[in-house]
Amino acid sequence: MTQLALVIDLNVCVGCHACVTNCKEWNTSGEAGPMVDQNPYGKDPTGTFFNRVQTFEVGEFPNTETVHFPKSCLHCEDPPCVPVCPTGASYKRKEDGIVLVNYDKCIGCKYCSWACPYGAREVDEQQKVMKKCTLCVDRIYDTKMTEEERRPACVRACPTSARLFGDIHDPESEVSHAIREAGGYQLMPEWGTSPANHYLPRRKIKLRIRVDEIERADNPLKIDGLLPKPDKAEPSLDDVTSW
Amino acid sequence: MSAVEEIKKTTCYMCACRCGIRVHLRDGEVRYIDGNPDHPLNKGVICAKGSSGIMKQYSPARLTKPLRRKVSAERGAGEFEPISWEEAFSTLAERLGSIRSTDPKKFALFTGRDQMQALTGLFARQFGTPNYAAHGGFCSVNMAAGMIYTIGGSFWEFGGPDLDRAKLFVMIGTAEDHHSNPLKMAIAKFKRDGGRFVSINPIRTGYSAIADEWVPIRPGTDGALLLAFLHEIVAKGLYDREFLVRYTNAGQLVNADAKSDEFGMFLRTEVPEEEACYDPQDKLWWDRNTNKPVVTHTPGADPFLRGEFKLADGTPVKPSFQLLQERVKDYTPEWAEGVTGVPADTIRRLAYEMGVTARDQRIELPIAWTDSWGVEHDTVTGNPVAFHAMRGLAAHSNGFQSIRALGILMSLLGTIDRPGGFRHKVPFPRPIPPCARTPNHPKAVQPNRPLDGMALGWPADPDDLFVDENGGPVRLDKGFSWEYPLSVHGLMHNAITNAWRGDPYRIDTLMIFMANMAWNSTMNTVEVRKMLNDKDEQGEYKIPFIVVCDAFQSEMTAFADLILPDTTYLERHDVMSILDRPISEFDGPVDSVRIPVLPPTGECKPFQEVLIELATRLKLPAFVTKDGNRKYRDYPDFIVNYETEPGSGIGFLAGWRGKGGEKSLRGEPNPNQWEMYAKNDCVFHYELPKSYQYMRNWNKGYLEWSQRNRITRYAEPILINIYSEVLQKFRAAAQGKGLTRKPPVHLAKRVETYFDPLPFYYDTLEGQATDKHKFPLAAITQRPMAMYHSWDSQNAWLRQIHAHNLLYVNTHTARVAGIADNDWIWVESQWGKVKCMAKHSEAVEPGTVWTWNAIGKAAGAWNLTPDANESQKGFLLNHLISEELPCGAGRVSNSDPITGQAAWFDVRVRISKVSDGGTPITEPQFEPLKPYPGQAERKSVWNYFAGKVTK
Amino acid sequence: MHPAFSVIFLTTLIGVGQGLFLALFTAQSYALFDLLPRQDSVGFYACGSALALVFLVGGLIASFFHLGRPERAWRSATQWRTSWLSREVIVLPAFMGTVFLYGIAHLLEWKPVLATLPGGIAIDLTVMLGILGTGLAFALFVCTGMIYACLRFLREWHTPLTVINYVLLGGASGFTLAAGFSALAAPELVRFFAGWAAVITVLGLIGRVASLFRNARLKPKSTLQSAIGIKHPHIVQTTQGAMGGSFNTREFFHGRSATFLRSLRWWFLLAVFLVPTLLLGMAMTETEAALSFLSIAFAVQYVGLLVERWFFFAQANHPQNLYYQSVA
Ligand SMILES: Nc1nc2c(c(=O)[nH]1)N[C@H]1C(S)=C(S)[C@@H](COP(=O)(O)OP(=O)(O)OC[C@H]3O[C@@H](n4cnc5c(=O)[nH]c(N)nc54)[C@H](O)[C@@H]3O)O[C@H]1N2
Ligand SMILES: Nc1nc2c(c(=O)[nH]1)N[C@H]1C(S)=C(S)[C@@H](COP(=O)(O)OP(=O)(O)OC[C@H]3O[C@@H](n4cnc5c(=O)[nH]c(N)nc54)[C@H](O)[C@@H]3O)O[C@H]1N2
Ligand code: SF4
Ligand code: SF4
Ligand code: SF4
Ligand code: SF4
Ligand code: SF4
Ligand SMILES: [Mo]
Repeated sequence: MTQLALVIDLNVCVGCHACVTNCKEWNTSGEAGPMVDQNPYGKDPTGTFFNRVQTFEVGEFPNTETVHFPKSCLHCEDPPCVPVCPTGASYKRKEDGIVLVNYDKCIGCKYCSWACPYGAREVDEQQKVMKKCTLCVDRIYDTKMTEEERRPACVRACPTSARLFGDIHDPESEVSHAIREAGGYQLMPEWGTSPANHYLPRRKIKLRIRVDEIERADNPLKIDGLLPKPDKAEPSLDDVTSW
Repeated sequence: MSAVEEIKKTTCYMCACRCGIRVHLRDGEVRYIDGNPDHPLNKGVICAKGSSGIMKQYSPARLTKPLRRKVSAERGAGEFEPISWEEAFSTLAERLGSIRSTDPKKFALFTGRDQMQALTGLFARQFGTPNYAAHGGFCSVNMAAGMIYTIGGSFWEFGGPDLDRAKLFVMIGTAEDHHSNPLKMAIAKFKRDGGRFVSINPIRTGYSAIADEWVPIRPGTDGALLLAFLHEIVAKGLYDREFLVRYTNAGQLVNADAKSDEFGMFLRTEVPEEEACYDPQDKLWWDRNTNKPVVTHTPGADPFLRGEFKLADGTPVKPSFQLLQERVKDYTPEWAEGVTGVPADTIRRLAYEMGVTARDQRIELPIAWTDSWGVEHDTVTGNPVAFHAMRGLAAHSNGFQSIRALGILMSLLGTIDRPGGFRHKVPFPRPIPPCARTPNHPKAVQPNRPLDGMALGWPADPDDLFVDENGGPVRLDKGFSWEYPLSVHGLMHNAITNAWRGDPYRIDTLMIFMANMAWNSTMNTVEVRKMLNDKDEQGEYKIPFIVVCDAFQSEMTAFADLILPDTTYLERHDVMSILDRPISEFDGPVDSVRIPVLPPTGECKPFQEVLIELATRLKLPAFVTKDGNRKYRDYPDFIVNYETEPGSGIGFLAGWRGKGGEKSLRGEPNPNQWEMYAKNDCVFHYELPKSYQYMRNWNKGYLEWSQRNRITRYAEPILINIYSEVLQKFRAAAQGKGLTRKPPVHLAKRVETYFDPLPFYYDTLEGQATDKHKFPLAAITQRPMAMYHSWDSQNAWLRQIHAHNLLYVNTHTARVAGIADNDWIWVESQWGKVKCMAKHSEAVEPGTVWTWNAIGKAAGAWNLTPDANESQKGFLLNHLISEELPCGAGRVSNSDPITGQAAWFDVRVRISKVSDGGTPITEPQFEPLKPYPGQAERKSVWNYFAGKVTK
Repeated sequence: MHPAFSVIFLTTLIGVGQGLFLALFTAQSYALFDLLPRQDSVGFYACGSALALVFLVGGLIASFFHLGRPERAWRSATQWRTSWLSREVIVLPAFMGTVFLYGIAHLLEWKPVLATLPGGIAIDLTVMLGILGTGLAFALFVCTGMIYACLRFLREWHTPLTVINYVLLGGASGFTLAAGFSALAAPELVRFFAGWAAVITVLGLIGRVASLFRNARLKPKSTLQSAIGIKHPHIVQTTQGAMGGSFNTREFFHGRSATFLRSLRWWFLLAVFLVPTLLLGMAMTETEAALSFLSIAFAVQYVGLLVERWFFFAQANHPQNLYYQSVA
């Protein structure tokens, strides 16, 4: 069975927020929209976003890592947000594992958001229904689009390609390879929600230079280190001693 | 009825990166903007700003009508009345016309973050004023000048790191840079390919976050670090000798006779003069084989790089490299540790990493090429160590010399225009220095005549300075004067202060395009805002007339007497011209255009059209026919038909020239040029033959191609200036030597000190003028990736990401000062103080505090409500920075003494907790601006859905 | 969590309604076996049911304020197989209907005998409705409690004590109200109800204190480390990605200080348990002033319950909060 998901590579994410606003602009005029903005030009502007990028500092100076951390709905394989929904508005699609909200059924009780440990759902304060990442269902199956375009908006936008998209149940997919090879992991595994989205950890490249590698046989100092030959005419001991 | 959907291609301008975009329209409204997958620059990706173009287009901060300051209203109060364009034009034409016919320099045109300097520059020159500059001087001129005076090219549009092939990448002082998307793409790919990425930066965010190693450094001390790297590389013999010998001036002999007038100059010999020769190959090596001086590049010769020799006439001479070695001898890692805070062991290790990687991981590509001396090479080789640096190096008053040190380090490692190292982009490399010159005398400015020369240029010696008989400045900003001789981008940051003070003279009309000079692109903002409003004894404004062309209600617009509402990037034609800074790639020149996808909003008019209309009305020669009639219908017509000289075949666009679009780079105007760009994703990409893509400083084929296409005038090799004779010429003049002009006495010492032909380390000017016990911390800013300067606070989406800014302080530093997370604090420099909130951080060097740049706003500006976070919790660091520093009895710009680069990052501060009882609002505050006539109402709730906005 | 007044009123009001109904039917059951004097159908049971209904309807109305789309509320009955909320949505009206019928049957004195117990005790319609209502009252307590208790991540709630406390606190407030009501309608039952009210209140105290103790000892299962998958003892968030706030910062944070929360705890322990117990005891001894004591007792206890419920929500620390700690 198919389980579509995003795989986010923390090793290259620079925290640019492209995925945040591109998601917003695609979705606000798309099937999931509009996505409200409140006080867009006033105090404490706030609005509905499906994807946010956060920043964490790990460790203490000077051994600090700054980690940019994008987060949207993780499309859990066992999504706790679905069974609690009293209306059936929240559901997980059998065919591709995408967790969706049917806005026409949702009563805006927010209960599903309480049941999501990841804070991935947001009520649209204007339409009063629950919203969240749709994995861009209105792109990925749109046959009017080219193959290249049939990917989530955030994935296409990301300048560092830190966002991969595919079927994590297909062992040969790009995402499965990435998870296997780079040690992809899930968030809050303690709850058994089995999020479909995975994160790839930081990987460090170090250089090891051995002392004897610093100088090599063809070191230019062998040429330049030598001082120029003195002029033959310059005085030398030869001029004063005969032994 | 189903919605009408269409896709139009154009070029983004949510920042200066200029990515290709596709604008999806639904019933004429913007439904979606994505990256154009076929565009060579961004290959389909887009950034946070680019994705938020919709909110810029429909922002209520947009200006929609020409506005005139109400006669009754004070300047700065922001009270305006709408006028017609005809009125605006006639007012301007009259005023400018009379300035032009009397004293053209009383008109100053300064442009900010624009990308049309070719046109604005042309306008100013044709007008006849020397007072023209764009943002370069307050931006990164150190980076341009430091590198171009060393290797003939620089970073950003001019060139960059070849991360496709590099193995080690060292990034210095970069938060975002102009090449936003391509740099991100390249770094990510580089990391995926297993490259090692080191970031040298006092702060770890953004790119530095994903570096394999973060090297926190004290601000303003990179020169010391780079010199210590050089010390180690030289001491361990980790330099690419072959490269240095052939492609740099390392082996050239310098006169070492301190008593001679020629001291510090290269020795020259008589060689038959070549035609149109720029830098004759007449200098000497001391040949190891024959132990004699020979002309450089003599076949079979191999110069000594070290040593001291005596010419036949007894003149002592030394190879440049010997001088460099002497220079860096004492710059040990241990010394640098004390200055930079980077442990000596780390410095050594990094130097070895660079040297050993460069040496042992050599790349060899099967590309045959011929060098300038006719030697044929079967392969192109490269040393895979790449660097990138930006304003962390540039925006300090010691930046030029630090950047010279970087250029030299890159050269010692043998990485210039070679695979895996640094690669140029057309039109670079250029001669050192490039050929453009400003006039060098005040008579170049004459009524009713174009300026006799360029307003900006590249001085090669003191005689090129734009000064009067007394050595005083001709330009308002004192660019190209002895104060800042190599200020190749001007000093826009001093224009207002100088005009206000009347030093060197008063002006009449100041025209500002796309710069927010009453806020973030000015230092000492509180005072500068007062200067803009200040009146003389007669009650006249000291700057009599201010014209601002902007698309939004910026802080600057409030100080205008006349506001010209510009279109947005989605509404206008535009060119990213080869005459300016094109978007070239490593493999060849690329230029691009914008084609409107939407009609102008309200009465907005592209500034390009404004300039052409004005130029026509003023009858500026380039814009009218011989009999004084209109030459160009409009801007698109101008772009197609303008040639730099009649019949030159060189115009703003390089693609599809010639009658039928069959020619590239040069050719007659093509009436269908715009259509051809439109058909081709709005870009023209010319790919050079592989053999012209590398080693371009010395690549015969490339240089001749470049000369044929009039990209350069000269085709001779551009030897890297390890030793800078240009600088030495200025120093010599300051020492009273030679036949060139001499600096005024009060500046002689300054010129002598800083115009060192070899890089050296000195504390920043502000550092020298500060008691560091009183002001122990360095305060700097960084660009957030999701905001462009002050542009984006009117953007409903982006401002949710950065609604206000805090001052990041190292946790330990903060605790010692008794400051808790989110505490309100005072930040004080010698020049001013601000109140803001502090944020603890482990990702900042303990002696540094920082904030995101230009998030803080003046209340009511940008059509935000007066209680918006930007003004109430946000703050501007610029209030702490002075635009001038005391210098002897007078003052000088707070800038690099060589280039006039604004020293944004030199300021020193102290912080203290606000005692209880203060209001939780940042300071300083300003009287809130009211919305202007013609601005849309700001919504309190917005459900944007394209196709329904106007319904 | 951010305590929503709609839910605070919903749970406390229906708790009172449920408890009152249980009290009424307890009295009826005792009377059935002649352990208590029989009461007037109309004046006591019908009025009492009406009173219970007032609270239940009040709760129902409050619940609508919690919905973004109340007009679609009917849809929420569809997922009873998986959702406790859906179950509550079914049980609440069923219970209200039963209380209504119970009251009507009493009002109309419509008491057809449906069965006779061995001992000749007649089980009429009101008794059957009472039994049904009792079942539904308990079911409703369980549904309401389980709405919270089933959320694994909200560890403060994920315990049987949540359900037990809903039963006990609803019961206590209902019986206290019943005692007050009886002071008006059936003075001879005052001591009975007050006695039980005191007993349930004390049990409630035990239950609530137990949960306070439990919650004080809870170690969060999710940590910043597990939330972002990085193993390091020192992790601090610098930005949450939305400076003007978001649904996540509004819905899941109470926005008050820890001290405020701690002090609330004492207030509600006083108001829900200690003061009412004292007043109940006083009402049992000072029968003259019983009505005033009991009115005060109920009022104090109800207000206390509002505080208790606020605290109940506020104390629950949602793991999503790990992702939303810093505005910058
Ligand atoms: N403290 C501190 N200050 C700094 C810096 C720093 O690092 N620290 N950096 C400096 C640097 S490098 C720079 S380049 C400057 C930038 O400073 P500015 O050039 O002043 O940049 P902006 O604030 O973006 O202002 C540009 C103006 O262009 C307007 N604009 C936007 N789009 C359009 C358009 O399409 N047409 C027209 N006509 N106008 C438009 C905006 O509304 C805005 O008013 O800031 C400098 N200031
Ligand atoms: N998103 C976005 N992109 C932009 C802009 C924008 O406003 N927003 N502005 C554009 C413009 S005009 C410009 S000029 C470029 C600027 O591009 P950058 O130069 O990359 O931008 P800055 O934010 O000025 O970055 C300065 C960096 O240098 C570091 N730094 C400061 N002092 C020192 C020092 O002494 N040593 C070292 N090693 N590091 C130091 C700072 O911590 C910061 O990371 O960006 C361009 N691109
Ligand atoms: S992340 Fe949250 S909203 Fe998304 S499926 Fe999992 S539990 Fe549901
Ligand atoms: S808010 Fe909507 S989707 Fe969520 S539980 Fe309630 S009805 Fe279901
Ligand atoms: S997959 Fe689509 S909906 Fe989900 S975060 Fe990405 S862009 Fe937004
Ligand atoms: S677009 Fe990519 S790099 Fe930028 S924040 Fe999102 S995931 Fe990270
Ligand atoms: S990097 Fe600049 S030009 Fe490119 S998409 Fe972003 S804002 Fe537009
Ligand atoms: Mo800049």
